[in-house]
Amino acid sequence: MTGTPVLDVRNLTRVYGDGATEVRALDGVTLRVERGEYVAVTGSSGSGKSTLMNILGCLDTPTTGGCLLDGVDVGRLTDAQLALVRNRRIGFVFQEFSLIPRISAVANVELPLAYHGIKPAERRRRAMSALDLIGLADRADHEPHQLSGGQQQRVAVARALVTESALLLADEPTGNLDSHATEELLSVFDELNAAGRTIVIITHEPGVGARADRLITLFDGRIVEDSRQEPAGRHAAAA
Amino acid sequence: MSLPEIVRSAFRGIGANGPRSLLTVLGILIGVAAVILLVAVGNGSAQGGSNTLTIMGTGLTMKIAESLDDPVLAPGVRSVSPVAGTSAILTWEGAEHRSDSFMGTVPGWFTAADSPVETGAIFTADDEAQARRVVVIGRTVAEELFPGTDPVGQRVTVGGALFSVIGVLKEKRDAGDTAVAPISAVQQVLAGYGPLSAILVEAGDASPADTVEGQVSAILDTKLEPGSYRVVNASQPLETRTATARAFTTLLGAVAAVSLLVGGLGITNIMLVTVAERTREIGIRKALGAPRRVILAQFLVEATLLSVIGGGLGVAVAYLGSHFSIAGVQPVIVPGSVALVLGVSVLIGIFFGGLPAVRAAGLRPIDALRYP
Repeated sequence: MTGTPVLDVRNLTRVYGDGATEVRALDGVTLRVERGEYVAVTGSSGSGKSTLMNILGCLDTPTTGGCLLDGVDVGRLTDAQLALVRNRRIGFVFQEFSLIPRISAVANVELPLAYHGIKPAERRRRAMSALDLIGLADRADHEPHQLSGGQQQRVAVARALVTESALLLADEPTGNLDSHATEELLSVFDELNAAGRTIVIITHEPGVGARADRLITLFDGRIVEDSRQEPAGRHAAAA
Repeated sequence: MSLPEIVRSAFRGIGANGPRSLLTVLGILIGVAAVILLVAVGNGSAQGGSNTLTIMGTGLTMKIAESLDDPVLAPGVRSVSPVAGTSAILTWEGAEHRSDSFMGTVPGWFTAADSPVETGAIFTADDEAQARRVVVIGRTVAEELFPGTDPVGQRVTVGGALFSVIGVLKEKRDAGDTAVAPISAVQQVLAGYGPLSAILVEAGDASPADTVEGQVSAILDTKLEPGSYRVVNASQPLETRTATARAFTTLLGAVAAVSLLVGGLGITNIMLVTVAERTREIGIRKALGAPRRVILAQFLVEATLLSVIGGGLGVAVAYLGSHFSIAGVQPVIVPGSVALVLGVSVLIGIFFGGLPAVRAAGLRPIDALRYP
C-alpha cells in the first residue's frame, strides 16, 4: 500500500460524563486504514463502534487523541472547515431515515454537490450517474416514502459516493433491511470496493462483516481483534 | 446553495405543514390587517369634518350673501347659504314642539352643513324662489311631534302658517332639534326681512378653509365695518377633533400592534416546532457538509416567507375591509401605514424566526443525528 492512509487514528479516547458516571466509550483506539481497503468494524452494543464511527466521520470530537483523515488533522479544524471535510472527503450511509423527506431521490443525491457549490446542470448529471451506478436511475423522481427500505439505502449510498469522497462510512446500513435487500446493498459495496473505494462499515451482523477484507472487533472501547480475511460471498456477487 | 433554491425549499417546508403554516399566516394576517384598518379608522374619523365657514355678525344681508358668491374675488367658494334663523312653535294635531332653530336657507345649505335628509327630500331652488311653505325637520322634532307616524307629507302649523313636511334630516350630534325651510318662506311668515343670522360658506375641495377665509374676509371688509362680523372656521374645532383622532389612532394602532406581536410569537412557536421536528434532517444535512449559514438561511427564509405571505394577505384584507364603514366611520387607508406594517412584518419574520434558526444552525451534527 502506498500514499497517505485514508484514516490514521492514534490513541483515541472518548469519555462521556464525569466522576462516578464516567463512561469510557473509546479507550485508546489506534487504527490505520489504507486506500482501497474494505473494513468492517464489529462488536456488541456498547462496545464503542458507533462512537468510533461518529469521530471518524467528524460528527463528534474525541476527548483525547488525534484523527488524520486523508492526511488532514481534523482536530485542528474550525466548524466551517469540518463542514467542508464532511462534504468533500466523507460519504455517509446511516442506519435509517437517512434521506431527506419530501424531496426526490435525485435531489437527495444532489444535496452534497449543492453544498459543494456545483452548478445545477452538472449536479443533475453527476447525481444521475451515481444513481445509475446503484441501479436506481429509473426511480430518480420518486420521493423517499415511495421507495422500499433497501432502495432508500442504495440512494443513500449514491449520495455518499457522488462527491468522489475518499472514504465511505456506513453505520449499520443493513440494520433495518431484510436478507434480500441486505444482499443487494452489500453487492453494491463489493462493486464499489472493487472499483477502488475505501469503505468502513459498522455492523453487528457477522454475515455483513464477513464480506469485508479486514475485520476489526471492538470490546469495551478497545480493539480486541484486527484480522485480514478472505471475503466471503464476493464471488457469488461477481458472478 | 443559491438563494432561489433556498426559497424553493422554504416553500416546500411551508407546504409540507399546510394547516400549521396556515394558522401562523393567519396570525400575522390578522395583526397586519388590524393595524392598517384601525389606523385607517382613526384617520377616517379625523377627515370626517366639514370644510365650511360660518359668518356671523350684525348687518348681514341677502345682498352681502350674494356678493360672496364671486368667482373672481373668491374663487375658492363653492356655495353660499344665507341663514335666517328664529325660534318657532310647531304644532300638529294638538301636539306642540318648540324649536330654537327654525332656519330659513337655500338648498345648498344641506351639503354645506353636511346635513343630508334620511327620508323624504330637501327643498329645491324652485321652492325657494316661489317661497313655498315646505319644511325639512330634524330627528328630535320628528320624534316629538309625530311619534309613531311618518312625518313626510304631514302639515304642521308654524306661526299661523301651514308648512308641508317634505323630509327628515339624518341624525347628527346636537342638531336634531331643528327645522329647515326655504329662506323666502321663513322671512315671509316668521323672521321678517331683517338681517340674516348667519351666512354659511362652503369651500371647494381644492381650497383650504384658511384660504377661503381670507378671500371672504376681503370682500366683507368692503361691505361691513371691520369687527362687526366674525368668520368661524369650522376647521378650527376640527383641529381639536384631529388631536382627539390622533390620540384615538395611536391607541388603536397600539392595540393592533400588540396583535401583530402575538402573530410574531406564533412564528417563533411554529419555527421552534419545525426545527425540533426536523432536527434529524438538520443532522443529515450537516453530515453531508451543509455549512452553518445554509441551515440558518433555510429556516430564516422560511420564517420570513410566512410573515411576508401573512403581511401581503393582511394588506389585501385591510383594503377589502376599508370599503365598509366601521363604527360609523369610513376608514381612509394611510399609505404610510401599509408600507410600515409590511416592513414590520418582514422584520418580525427575521426577528422571531431568528432564534429558532440560530438554534438549528448551532446544533452539533452528532446531537442532531441522535435526536429521537
